Amino acid sequence: MGVNTIPSGWFLENAWLIALIPAIGFAAIIAFGKKLPMKGSEIGLASITASLVISVGAAVQWIQRTNFVDETTEGYVEPVIKTWTWWQSGGVEFGLGQHIDGLAVLLLLLVAFISLLVQIFSLEYLRGDRRYTHFFAALTLFSSGMLVMVLAENMVQIILGWELMGLCSFLLIGHWWEDGANSRAALKAFFTVRVGDVGLLVGTAIVFFGAHQWAVDNLDSHGFSVQAISAWALSGDASSSALLWGSVALFIAAIGKSGQFPLHTWLPDAMAGPTPVSSLLHSSTMVVAGVFLVARLYPLFWEGLSIGPGAINLIAIIGVITLIVAALLAFVQNDIKKVLAYSTVSQLGYMMLGLGTGAWLPAVFHIFTHAFFKCALFLCAGSVSHSGSHHSFDMKKDMGGLARKMPITAGTWIISTLALAGIFPLSGFFSKDEIIANVGYNGYNLFMWLAFLGAFMTAAYMARATYLTFFGTPRGAAAGEHHDEHHGDDAHGDDAHGDDAHGDDAHADAHAEHHGSHGPHESGPLILVPIVVLTFLASIAGFTNAVPFGENFEILKRYVEPRAEVVAIEDTRLTIAGGPGQSVGSLAPQAKYDDACGFAAPPEGTVCLFPAVSHAPFKWSKGFLALGIVGAGLVSSWLFSVALYTRRDRRLVGLTERFAPARWGYQFLWNKYYLDHLYEKVIVRAVAYPIAASAYWFNQKVLDRIVDTAGTSTRQAGEFVYRNIDQTLVDGAVNASGFVASETGHALQPVQSGKVNQYGALLFGAAAVAAIVLVIINV
Amino acid sequence: MLAVNFLILAAVLFSIGVFGVIARRNAVMVLMSVELVLNSVMLNLVAFSQITDSIDGQLFALFVIAIAAAEVGVGLAMVLMVYRNRRSIALDELSEMKG
Amino acid sequence: MEIMTNDNWLLTVGTFLPLVGVLVMLFIPKAEEQLLKTVAVITAGATLAVGILTLFRFDYGQAEKLQFFVDVTWIEVIRSNYTIGLDGISLPLYFLSMVVTFLVIIYTWDNMPDAGNPKSFLILMLVLQVGMAGTFVAQDLILFFVFFEVVLLPMYFMIGVWGGEHRQYASLKFFLYTMFGSAFMLVAFLALFFQTGAESFSFMHLVSAGGLISNEVQVWIFAGMFLGFAVKVPMFPFHTWLPDAHTQAPTQGSVILAAILLKLGTYGFVRIAIPMLPEGARAWAPVIAILAVIGIIYGALGCLAQTDMKRLIAFSSVAHMGFVMLGISTLTTLGINAALFGMVAHGLITGMLFFVAGSVKHRYHTLEISRLSGMLKQMPRMGWILGFAAMASLGLPGLAGFWGEFPAILAAYSPGFGLNVTLFRTLMVIAAVGTVLAAAYLLWLYQRTAFGEPSPEFSGQTPHPVGAGVNADHHADHHDEIRDVTPIEWIAWTPFLVAIVVFGVYPQLMFGVMDPAVSELVARLGESLNP
Repeated sequence: MGVNTIPSGWFLENAWLIALIPAIGFAAIIAFGKKLPMKGSEIGLASITASLVISVGAAVQWIQRTNFVDETTEGYVEPVIKTWTWWQSGGVEFGLGQHIDGLAVLLLLLVAFISLLVQIFSLEYLRGDRRYTHFFAALTLFSSGMLVMVLAENMVQIILGWELMGLCSFLLIGHWWEDGANSRAALKAFFTVRVGDVGLLVGTAIVFFGAHQWAVDNLDSHGFSVQAISAWALSGDASSSALLWGSVALFIAAIGKSGQFPLHTWLPDAMAGPTPVSSLLHSSTMVVAGVFLVARLYPLFWEGLSIGPGAINLIAIIGVITLIVAALLAFVQNDIKKVLAYSTVSQLGYMMLGLGTGAWLPAVFHIFTHAFFKCALFLCAGSVSHSGSHHSFDMKKDMGGLARKMPITAGTWIISTLALAGIFPLSGFFSKDEIIANVGYNGYNLFMWLAFLGAFMTAAYMARATYLTFFGTPRGAAAGEHHDEHHGDDAHGDDAHGDDAHGDDAHADAHAEHHGSHGPHESGPLILVPIVVLTFLASIAGFTNAVPFGENFEILKRYVEPRAEVVAIEDTRLTIAGGPGQSVGSLAPQAKYDDACGFAAPPEGTVCLFPAVSHAPFKWSKGFLALGIVGAGLVSSWLFSVALYTRRDRRLVGLTERFAPARWGYQFLWNKYYLDHLYEKVIVRAVAYPIAASAYWFNQKVLDRIVDTAGTSTRQAGEFVYRNIDQTLVDGAVNASGFVASETGHALQPVQSGKVNQYGALLFGAAAVAAIVLVIINV
Repeated sequence: MLAVNFLILAAVLFSIGVFGVIARRNAVMVLMSVELVLNSVMLNLVAFSQITDSIDGQLFALFVIAIAAAEVGVGLAMVLMVYRNRRSIALDELSEMKG
Repeated sequence: MEIMTNDNWLLTVGTFLPLVGVLVMLFIPKAEEQLLKTVAVITAGATLAVGILTLFRFDYGQAEKLQFFVDVTWIEVIRSNYTIGLDGISLPLYFLSMVVTFLVIIYTWDNMPDAGNPKSFLILMLVLQVGMAGTFVAQDLILFFVFFEVVLLPMYFMIGVWGGEHRQYASLKFFLYTMFGSAFMLVAFLALFFQTGAESFSFMHLVSAGGLISNEVQVWIFAGMFLGFAVKVPMFPFHTWLPDAHTQAPTQGSVILAAILLKLGTYGFVRIAIPMLPEGARAWAPVIAILAVIGIIYGALGCLAQTDMKRLIAFSSVAHMGFVMLGISTLTTLGINAALFGMVAHGLITGMLFFVAGSVKHRYHTLEISRLSGMLKQMPRMGWILGFAAMASLGLPGLAGFWGEFPAILAAYSPGFGLNVTLFRTLMVIAAVGTVLAAAYLLWLYQRTAFGEPSPEFSGQTPHPVGAGVNADHHADHHDEIRDVTPIEWIAWTPFLVAIVVFGVYPQLMFGVMDPAVSELVARLGESLNP
């Protein structure tokens, strides 16, 4: 099977444009966005739309390509790989390229689509903002960065996209930087992620040097190539320590980016950014970059962390800890966005758990569904604050009973909440249950039950948030009250945690004009349309891989999951193209062999590119169990919320004050397990103050002192030398010689009598002496 | 033994000359004593020339005669000048060169 | 090392052209400031034009060869020749020195340091340029040494006369410290000369003959050179002159210091110490690497402790040069390439940061971080430029800084010539942690100075429109002076900003030039180390 016979098509061949177009859009917005009628947002929208169109084209062509393969060989569907040499140094090539397979296509589609909806939403949400143009520029650059990473053919490109996203995250969280809290949150986000990035740099180095020689020898490729790394990891030739440390290091990067425990603390603070940013970067796309990294280099993690044999591994442990820990925190938040943020962290924990237990497809599926409902939820929260609660995100102070005033927002919120909780037949049911089912199926029973517990908590905290926001009695701004302080400097001036202010003068004032004095109302179409679209997709996205309905519904499995086939390399070697834009040669599928990829080394002359992951069959018993758990969570939380927040039940109100263990637990959660204290008060403070100060002290007092001492002591030595040696000894010697000469002269003075006779006598006397000496010598 | 006599004569002359240089106060006398010393040396030269059977010594003697003539010329001129200035040619009075 | 003697007048003209300007300026009275500045700009511009011509005439296909080669007898008694040439290693730095001098002189047009006297200032700057360019083209040890030292004096005066409050201390420290290093270096040079048979000081000869010296002697000679170059780089623990010199120097001095002068040291390692003494280099590489990594962490910690913006940037140089030295110490093509790239990138980025610091000082009359805030609001463009430079400095991919840092880290994973792998891998991880600290101090600086509301102290008035001259009335109430980037500043800065982006997006521009030369250098190292 040669490359020419597999249909690829224009969109697949030119998928790199998907990332390039927004990058150009970004440059255009920066260059002349401010002069345009819509302040540059039209460029952003246009470029993302173009990306989306190409993504759709690529998706269609990918499906055709897969169908074609299915009809002919039923083998491996070769990704469309292209590479350009970006630069080279010492024989190492750093390339840019595209690696289009099912995973890439899925995420390209997702990112482009959600970016577009969020940009539409932002048109209205940020109207009148002082830095409207910058906002769109950063959003567009973010999309570009994310797409660069999704497309990435090699590790360097992944790093490139990864860091671009980090930059945009910094810019967008800090969008309203006049407020100290926002800029601190931006700094914290960038910095925390950067801590993880150490793992990315180190892991890339380990993997590169581990895989490079093998890749050159066997595939004529190089150690950055994603494909070469996959093949290397599964080849059986890879050194186990390189695999282990490489995967651990890269997973640390994923921990940072995807908000996994213990580096999750930046994500809730990142909610200080504008809501569209939270919905796009910090729930649906950027934060899944870590999950994507693991999914993309799955063979590496599969081998490095022994996922295949079913070992309890780092990814699974971190995933399950994250999902429980974050869900607990979601219960004590008053800020609606923070509930969603912790929910995001928790769901990311699910994805990691899935990847860590061999459930690759469910995890990717969960990325897909989660993006829709979580983005919808965030946009709903944005809609509520925009039109319902006067820019407040505090559920206890400024919300409640909004369902009547904002029916569409409330309806979409509830549907999305149910999708998140996992109610049949909404999307979360399928994806989350698949993860849980596969975790159990692969033998991780404890983790399965913890995941069920997580599902219960998800349902419960979402029910609480829903009740507080849309039901019960209206409070604060939701009741139409106009507190003046919301126009003030700090929308949350009196808030307990004080660091989640979202207010901005210009922003608030701009809105004060157009919804002036009337109270909560439904938002406009530019806000509602994206929400409704997302909610619709959140409802139906589950059917893209609805295992309960049989193979025909397992679309993602067929088109997205790479096939664990051995692939021949001897005839058509993977060649790195010489010229720009050349396709990399094809991989011909090999006849089936007995041992599955990922469990045994592939035969000579072949490579494996993806491990044979198992798929749990659907069991209605488990399905109903999950539904029951979720239902219990929803109902119990709802009843609890009604009792606590509306009826003010005496037994519940003030429980945390009266009952010590509850108080301690509440305090523990309220303080976010004291992790922030650990990081900010202990580690960062220690590094930034005592350690830095002592290093500086060392510099000034020790090193510099040495230098200064050397300088001063040299000077003193100089003075000493001058005084004692130069002036007395050396100069003394000079003076002394003069003295001696003069004294000798004086002593000999009488000889110079001026008397010629005397001179004559001396002369002849000397001659006589000389004559005697001569005589004596000669004798 | 002829040569030895020459040499003894030369030595006697030399000694007289040296004595004259050291002991006489009159500048002219000192000059003459110097001439004696020179002549004794010349005598030696001629004698050695005879002994070694070469004419080198005699050649040198001719030079010495010429130089002695010049020396006496200059010396007498100086003495004359000194006399004109100081009205005396007593050497022990001429101690301006004293250091 | 093969040579090409094409266009052999180019380098001599390019190096000494500034002296013509100096001569002309000597005859212009002090009071004619505009004329003096014009002459200086024209001279620097002409020099840059020669540099651009050099770029065009350079044969990139043979970047590993010495081009524009000249070899004329100079001081015959000591067998030192006037030997100059340019290859892929020196070309970027040679050209960078011309660009930086030109831009700095342009910047001076509007931003003369307070001490005045542009005549001497500009003359010194031009002399400095001669020294810098000469160092990069010299192919003879004595010639190199002369140029290397020529650089010292103008810089000493620049700091000592036009510097800040403690300028005398700083300038003297700078001068003496560097001289201290140079003394050892000179001894090492002479030792090398005599050990190789006292035949010639030319690099080519020493490179081929130096490897034959016995190991132990090489190690000692390398030690001398190490002292000389390490002070200049500066490497921990020889760096303490740097913060003082940088902080006290006028903006122009800081920019040149950061952009070019520090590179003389690293260039010396790459050009002289390592190729001439392969065994010495191998013995010293672990020491260099350890000191480099200590420098990375230590410099970053030093940055975190600073309260003065300029001093912070100065300390960041210690950290960045640590990455450069780490790259060099791997003795691999990848690492040395990264180091050379890092030198240029650091020159551009830190130079830019110093420019911004200078302009901030000019407007606020302070660089106390705690007193500055809300710069983005008062001077949005300046604030964005600062942010851009900070992002470039912390190594954001797509900007120049990253391509010096990341490959250096990468190279440390697998050092060359049997160097201790465990040691270098440990150092790699620590160096990678250094990138986090870099992000910390730079963003913290940015957050404190640029974000937030302007401090009441300086927010008396709204910013002036762009375009007004800054020098107009200097001593008036300083609230009037908070204005955004001036046209002169734009002219001086734009090339920096563009270069940071261009080299970040297309690093091949520089790697393509350096790679052949470095490959050959490493290949020669291999010949003497693994015969």
